[in-house]
Amino acid sequence: MTPWLENLIVIGGLAILIATLWIWAHSDRWQRAWQRFRRDRLGIASLGIIAFYLLVGLMASLRLPAPAHGQACPTILDRLFSGVPKEKSYSAPFADTTYSVNRPEPLKGRHPLGTDVLGKDVLLQTAKACRTALIIAGLTSLIYIPLGTLLGIVAGYFRRWVDDIIQYVYITLASIPNILLLVAILMVLGKGLSQMAIALGITSWVGLCRLIRGESMRQATRPYVEAARALGHGPWVIITRHILPNVMHLVIINLVLGFSGLVLSESILSYIGVGAPVGTPSWGLMIDSARMELSREPVVWWYLVSATGALFFLVLSLNLLGDALRRAFDPKSS
Amino acid sequence: MPETPSPSSPPSLLEVRDLKVHYPAGSGFLGHSPRFFKAVDGVSFVIHSGKTIGLVGESGSGKTTVGRAIIHLAPISGGAILWEGRNIGQLPENSFRPFRKHIQMIFQDPYGSLNPRLTIETIVGEAFEVHFPQYSKAERRDRVVDLMRQVGLKPDHIRRYPHEFSGGQRQRIGIARALAVSPRLIICDEPVSALDVSVQAQIINLLQDLQEQYHLSYLFIGHDLGVIEHVSDRVLVMNQGKIVESGDCESIYRSPQHPYTRKLLDAVPSLA
Repeated sequence: MTPWLENLIVIGGLAILIATLWIWAHSDRWQRAWQRFRRDRLGIASLGIIAFYLLVGLMASLRLPAPAHGQACPTILDRLFSGVPKEKSYSAPFADTTYSVNRPEPLKGRHPLGTDVLGKDVLLQTAKACRTALIIAGLTSLIYIPLGTLLGIVAGYFRRWVDDIIQYVYITLASIPNILLLVAILMVLGKGLSQMAIALGITSWVGLCRLIRGESMRQATRPYVEAARALGHGPWVIITRHILPNVMHLVIINLVLGFSGLVLSESILSYIGVGAPVGTPSWGLMIDSARMELSREPVVWWYLVSATGALFFLVLSLNLLGDALRRAFDPKSS
Repeated sequence: MPETPSPSSPPSLLEVRDLKVHYPAGSGFLGHSPRFFKAVDGVSFVIHSGKTIGLVGESGSGKTTVGRAIIHLAPISGGAILWEGRNIGQLPENSFRPFRKHIQMIFQDPYGSLNPRLTIETIVGEAFEVHFPQYSKAERRDRVVDLMRQVGLKPDHIRRYPHEFSGGQRQRIGIARALAVSPRLIICDEPVSALDVSVQAQIINLLQDLQEQYHLSYLFIGHDLGVIEHVSDRVLVMNQGKIVESGDCESIYRSPQHPYTRKLLDAVPSLA
């Protein structure tokens, strides 16, 4: 794929996201939710942190023209770190010499998070891995959110045999241990980011589907749905106009909370060796390779801490944002 | 004492014959001998054009289910519903849809009966999409504004959302939505029981004015005997899925025959 096509896809995806938020922002209920959300300091702070991660991910995705013919196109992030030299081996954060008891050698530059065994800057690797995590979680959400929402609404609205079939499928899926199913699907599909997104998409929709099914059942008995039926509207109009908008806030909360789970899943799958291919920047792979380093003497801790810390703050912010959204949309429940 | 229509009576708008609505209430062992909950069990009555039939009974007597069954919101287990002589009780949805234009419903809960996500214009205009698809957007808006005036609301209210209105105003919006398709029969399912007493009178007066203006028929479902007496030409008393007494207001209220009717009348608080 050419770098410009890649850039176009990234920018296109971003534009769709912004357009969707823009449309929602004009509905009355979302504006009221925003009024409440604005006063939620924890929510705003977590939104800020997530925006920062998105920015880093974006910088790791957008490519600049190649500096010379035949060379690879660097990303914005590569360009930002182009002044950071490569060292010979491990070095601790902010150290002046390499991490060696016998023959410490002077470093060429400063590294706030140290360097790894090959002398590469850990901060850069941690930042690059952000892209992988966001891509996996984003692609998976694109698969499971529409799937879970649609099946949930259909099951909850039509009931009877439609509900029976959908319930049968998800109960079967839910009864298989998640990680086993994931590993099995990945064994069949092979390694790769899109394969991972498909596998996670297949296993993630059950929870959302259950939630939406229950809420749709409740919505389907509301008098305004009966009024629409009494007027002679068909199921399609009732679902899109009366049920979907009234379950959408649950979808959004689930999307944000589920996103953190997917970021974690990406790391876990990469850690156990069925996820991102070796060589891909990934927090899971970083944690996996840090395993060996923990047994060294003196211990190399910064590699593990960087990857875990980056993962921790993203997952924590997503969870806090999910809770803040729930408070904003449904102030009565909290 | 079910009401049996005699051949000499004037042509009826709607006739309900031996209507049954039974819900399965759990099944026996291995699915044998299913038991049924008989929400409505053999109800018959006639509604004439321009008249109001009051249907009264306590909670759970099946009165709301009768109304819902007439517009196919509850499954009909037996009996017939005749619209100007044609049986519409067992019609599939596609064939029944044209009749939805003639029969509309006003709901009890003015808060739950309007979708909180839609503007009043969309809520009231929804009816035109099905039954008057030829209307342009501008025509539709004109009709909605017209309906708003008829139910006593301001035309500029159409851009607002349901939560910006009081209970009485919301019920007026519900009435406008029902009126939109120019129906001939409106099923009023306890339309005032969720409202303040002062607002109740306004809504009832509005319903009576509209009846006069458009020659509407009402099936007025309620438990408030005072309201029912005020609006109805005939009254049906329902208990446990059956009509136990029927007649004109005067006879029911002055000399109730059935012990259940007497019980209902005795339960009305009086100031004397």
